[in-house]
Amino acid sequence: MTGRSRIAKCLENLRAAGKKGLIAFITAGDPGLAGTVEIVRHVAEAGADLIELGIPFSDPIADGPVIQMASARALAAGATLPGILEAVREIKKVCTKPLLLMGYYNPIYRFGIRQFAAAASVAGVDGLIVPDLPYEETRPLREAATEKGMDLIYLVAPVTPDRRLMKIAAEASGFIYCISVTGVTGARREIDTDLAAFTGRVRRYTALPLALGFGISGPEQALKASAYCDAVVVGSALVKAVAECSDAAAAGLAAGQLVARIRAALDSLKGSF
Amino acid sequence: MADVYKEMPDERGYFGAYGGRFVPETLMPALEELEGAYHFYKNDPEFQGELNYYLRHYVGRPSPLYFARGLTEYCGGARIYLKREDLNHTGAHKINNTIGQILLARRMGKRRIIAETGAGQHGVAAATAAALFGFECAVYMGEEDIRRQELNVYRMKLLGARVIPVSAGSRTLKEAMNEALRDWVTNVRNTYYLIGSAAGPHPYPAMVRDFQSIIGIEAKSQVLEQAGRLPDYVVACVGGGSNAIGIFHPFLADRQVRLIGVEAAGRGLDGEEHAATLNRGSPGILHGSLSYILQDKDGQVKCAHSIAAGLDYPGVGPEHACMKDTGRVEYTSATDAEALEAFRLLCRTDGIIPALESAHALAEAVRLAPDLAKEEVILVNLSGRGDKDIPVVAGARGVSV
Repeated sequence: MTGRSRIAKCLENLRAAGKKGLIAFITAGDPGLAGTVEIVRHVAEAGADLIELGIPFSDPIADGPVIQMASARALAAGATLPGILEAVREIKKVCTKPLLLMGYYNPIYRFGIRQFAAAASVAGVDGLIVPDLPYEETRPLREAATEKGMDLIYLVAPVTPDRRLMKIAAEASGFIYCISVTGVTGARREIDTDLAAFTGRVRRYTALPLALGFGISGPEQALKASAYCDAVVVGSALVKAVAECSDAAAAGLAAGQLVARIRAALDSLKGSF
Repeated sequence: MADVYKEMPDERGYFGAYGGRFVPETLMPALEELEGAYHFYKNDPEFQGELNYYLRHYVGRPSPLYFARGLTEYCGGARIYLKREDLNHTGAHKINNTIGQILLARRMGKRRIIAETGAGQHGVAAATAAALFGFECAVYMGEEDIRRQELNVYRMKLLGARVIPVSAGSRTLKEAMNEALRDWVTNVRNTYYLIGSAAGPHPYPAMVRDFQSIIGIEAKSQVLEQAGRLPDYVVACVGGGSNAIGIFHPFLADRQVRLIGVEAAGRGLDGEEHAATLNRGSPGILHGSLSYILQDKDGQVKCAHSIAAGLDYPGVGPEHACMKDTGRVEYTSATDAEALEAFRLLCRTDGIIPALESAHALAEAVRLAPDLAKEEVILVNLSGRGDKDIPVVAGARGVSV
């Protein structure tokens, strides 16, 4: 890749400013793709630094019930990968934040890996997260993404041993997504992983920014987690806030409010590092 | 010609273009650990000795090879032999694999197993193995399958397993497997995932195949002894494909033996209600491996249908995908109606009530046999017995039992 990606620049700028990044995850197409554009606009305005859009899939094995149900609703509402890329174009008109697509591998594989990378980059996608694509299988997608100037974001788990961390870190770009719990996505009351030890191990092998996600339910947890990383990912809590609203306008407001509260919590620490 | 099939899978878990590992990173260390353990114990005489002990004295192996005189006379052509996996303890071939994997799990120091099940035969076999060796056991099962297979659900409970209903999607095996994978992601440190089919991420397809190959190894020597020749055809039903790969594998190098896998055509291949993954599917990624799957144009996995709960799965083991592409195995299909007819037939001709899954393979044999010479031999894997299916069969005829 020539130069640093927009994602890397964004996180490095935040780091330089002594700020913690906030990555907001929304399931694309729930409720409807027009709604997604509206929700993303609110979330970005409320202070999310990066937007992560989930591509719904029929068999989301890394997700807990909240995102599973959002995926099912989005599919029932007719969300498809081409439709989501169209929504990304619309989002780009109202939001300048770097944008990530999170999706399981099969829809991407079916679309065609190179075709998908080309279409995603043209639409304005900056990075990809594929939760069922471990390091050993990433090569075709990583090469296609890199060629188009996108980051393929790697995930690491608390159980990932050092020899895997080393290999993963050597190929990673953008940031490394640290899964804060051994489990599926979903807000939790407590995160029982020793985050200091876990992120400390990851940092031994990389200078890339680290994001922590899975299980972060609100401002207090985001604040706690942020002590160990450069950015936090908030997913299920936002998806749930969206699901509890009757329409996209209300969902946009609710999601925006949650993001604003988390933003405020993260910013309360500014300068204290 | 070298036997290329013995070399498969490669070190990345690929059978030709299919297989691999497509799972969350959280599971990768567990798969690496399992691969290492399996690689070691498969050549360990002590492990193999223990496995053989339980296969013989607990499972009841070798299972008989039975010349189906009645069915052969009815068809009026080739001689039909049945490999009687239905006579195994718990009533199906599934027990071969669960005994193998539970012995492995024990050596790996695990205390809890999870499993997924469609028809319930794998769930019963897993619950049985767990009871035998004192493991905690949770079995994920779709609500639709729980309804269809009430008897097996109760058997699992009697054996001490917790049966966890899955209400998502089609409420069948696909969703049960998703839920089992989620459990494993959450409890990977102490839990062993006992996969029942020759599917899933590497090393499961190879490991399940190896544990099930005992079927083909026995059948080959039995048919040579009883028929005096290798079979001309080996026929087995294919859902995920474990009984089929188990009986096929020892015959792969015998080029003159035609291997036929029979998928569930449900209400017909031209509609949407079938489970004929290799006949009507396309390459894709589901449940940890790249293989044929039933999917729509956007890569969403479709729901499968079969009257046989054990075949009702929109994926298939990656080795079968490879065998389809190389042409070594032919994949045909039988409808619900054809399976029911074959089920009825074997009950009457030979006094054997077959599993509805196995009845798909029988339907293919009944199609083939009349046009073949009398000295020719068809070997059918009777993968399980039909006790569990009696309410479904009765229901199909409007009878309530």
